[in-house]
Amino acid sequence: MSHDSKHAAHAHPSGATYLKVAAILTIITVIEVWAYYIPALVASPLFNPSLIIMSALKFAIVVLFYMHLKYDHKLFKALFTGPLIIAMGTITALLFLFGKVAL
Amino acid sequence: MASHAHAATAGHADGHDAHEHHHYTTTGLDHRKIAIWAFIGSECMLFASLISTYLIYKGKSLVGPFPHTEYVNEAGKVFKPILDIPVTSASTFVLLMSSLAMVLALQAVQLKGTPLPTGAGLWKRLERSSQFWLGMTALLGATFLGFQAYEFTSFVHEGLTIKTNLFGSTFFTLTGFHGAHVTVGVLWLMTLLWIDRTRGLGPKDELIVDICALYWHFVDVVWIAIFTLIYLIQ
Repeated sequence: MSHDSKHAAHAHPSGATYLKVAAILTIITVIEVWAYYIPALVASPLFNPSLIIMSALKFAIVVLFYMHLKYDHKLFKALFTGPLIIAMGTITALLFLFGKVAL
Repeated sequence: MASHAHAATAGHADGHDAHEHHHYTTTGLDHRKIAIWAFIGSECMLFASLISTYLIYKGKSLVGPFPHTEYVNEAGKVFKPILDIPVTSASTFVLLMSSLAMVLALQAVQLKGTPLPTGAGLWKRLERSSQFWLGMTALLGATFLGFQAYEFTSFVHEGLTIKTNLFGSTFFTLTGFHGAHVTVGVLWLMTLLWIDRTRGLGPKDELIVDICALYWHFVDVVWIAIFTLIYLIQ
C-alpha cells in the first residue's frame, strides 16, 4: 500500500463515527415525527422553530461529517456555504415579500 | 491533517498512477471536485426557488385535497388530509441510511488493498467491500423511489394531481424534481457498481466515488429540508 492511500484512508472519520452520526440523525428524525403527533406541541408557537432547528442540525451533520466539509479545503466550504447563504436569503426575502412572515 | 489529505487525494491518485494522472492546477485541487461543489452550490439555489414557491402558495389552494386538513367539496365528498406521515417517515429513514451506506462505500474504496487484521470479524470484512455498500446505497435509493411512486399514485387516486390546486402543482414539482435527482443518483451508483464489478475500484478511484457521494449526500440534505418544511410543519 502506498503512502498516499494510507494517508487518505485515515483522512476521514472511522466507520464507528459514521454509525454514531447515523444514530444521531435517526434519533432527531424520531423526535421530529413524535412531536408531530402531540397536539399540545403542534399548538405551541415553538413547534415550527423547533422543527426548523432540528432539520438544520441534521442538514449540518450530514454536510460536515458525510460530505466531509468539516475536514475539507476552505475553497469547497466557500463554494457550498456562499450559494447556501444566497439560497436561504432568497427564501427569507420572498416569504417577507409575499407576507408569509412578518416582523 | 484531514484537509491536507483530502487536497492530496483530490489532486493525486494512488502510487505510480499519481505521476501518470497528476495535472497542475492553480489551486492545487482537482478541477472535478471543484466543479461538483460549484454544481451543488447552484443546486442549492434551484431547490431554494422550488421550496420558496411551495411556501408562498401554501394555504392558498381554493379546492382540496389539502396537506394537513380535511376538505369537503360541493358534492359533500370528504377528502382526508392527504399527507401520509408514517410512510414518508419510513422513506426519510431509508434515505438517511442510504447516506450511511454511501459514506461506507467511499471508505471501502479508500481501504481497498489494506491488509485485514488477523481474526477480523464480519464487520471489518464488510468495511472493505465497496460492491456491498455501493449496491446497498443504490438499493436504498431505489426503495426511496418506490415509496415516492406509491405516494404519488395514492395521491392521484385520492384526487390530487399536479393540476388540481396550488398545493398539488407546487408539491409535485418540488418532490418530482427531487425524485428525478434521486433517479440520476441511483443510475450513477449502478454505473460505479458495474465498474467495481468489472475492473474493481481502489484508492486511485477515490475521487470519482467521492464526487458521486457528494451528489448523493446533497440529495439527502435536500430531502431533510423538504421533509420538515412540507410534511411536518402545518
